[in-house]
Amino acid sequence: MALVLVPAAAASDRHPTQSELESEVVCPACHTTLDQSSSPIAQRMKAFIAARIRAGDTKTEIEDALVAQFGQAVLAKPATHGFDLVAWVLPIAGLLAGAAVVGVAAWRWSRNAPRGRPAAAAPPLDPELERRVDEELARFD
Amino acid sequence: MRSVRIGAQVLSVALVAGLLGLLVWKVAHQVGDSTVASDLRDGKEPAAPAFTLQRLDTDADLESSSLKGKVQVLNFWASWCVPCRDEAGLLQSASTEWRSRGVVVLGIDHQDLSSDARAFMRHYRLNYPVVHDAGDKLYQSYGATGVPETFCVNRDGKVVAHVPGAVTRDTLDSCIQGALES
Repeated sequence: MALVLVPAAAASDRHPTQSELESEVVCPACHTTLDQSSSPIAQRMKAFIAARIRAGDTKTEIEDALVAQFGQAVLAKPATHGFDLVAWVLPIAGLLAGAAVVGVAAWRWSRNAPRGRPAAAAPPLDPELERRVDEELARFD
Repeated sequence: MRSVRIGAQVLSVALVAGLLGLLVWKVAHQVGDSTVASDLRDGKEPAAPAFTLQRLDTDADLESSSLKGKVQVLNFWASWCVPCRDEAGLLQSASTEWRSRGVVVLGIDHQDLSSDARAFMRHYRLNYPVVHDAGDKLYQSYGATGVPETFCVNRDGKVVAHVPGAVTRDTLDSCIQGALES
């Protein structure tokens, strides 16, 4: 999986598309991504991105330029360093903690569940009853 | 088994306590989060927030401390803002007219591309200093809610007047006079 994703990410960084960046950059005036905004500043930002793509800039270079102009909040995805890293780590940690709780609960449940006990030995038949059963069965031989 | 249960209980209590602490911290900070605009509405004269921002009219930074002792007209604007175009000429005139009395007009470009802002400055022949508020920090500390908005600061560094929306000749003169006389 990693072997597939890493080259794809590198290609995306080298050759970003307009739609890709518009879905990952936030309009600072309306706080939606650019692809959902037609405000004047969003239009200008789209034109800026288009010009930088034509100039051959990488995705990282374009994002860095936008952050320099508008601040870190212009990126829809939180940064992967500093305090913003919490936004990435916390959901994963939550999932792992949830899985651990479920695992422990399942383990405890399986240990405490009543185990199947062998059926108690049937009491011996009354000799008279046993003789009659044998006689009845003998009729079918 | 008993230790696992106690550990889980301690973890749960710690998690709830942590979230509760976060909530209290957030609420406490929101309550104490006054802005220049909100203080002015409450009849106060708050100190002008300090800043160091990149100038658009030169390559240097501008520090608010360099404006100490001057009456300042701080105008938040953006090149894409239509009312900002309407008031640009007024601000340029005021900058020239009031300069001899120690008044400085300072443009604060906000939510804007620097290249667009520079084109705007050339088009309207603005020759007063203009800075770029890249992360909106100054804008937020002033409690502005749009562009344009103008604040006047007296010689003591106190913000004494606020004009939301585009200035007119009257509101701009009144803002500056108020700062000169306070």
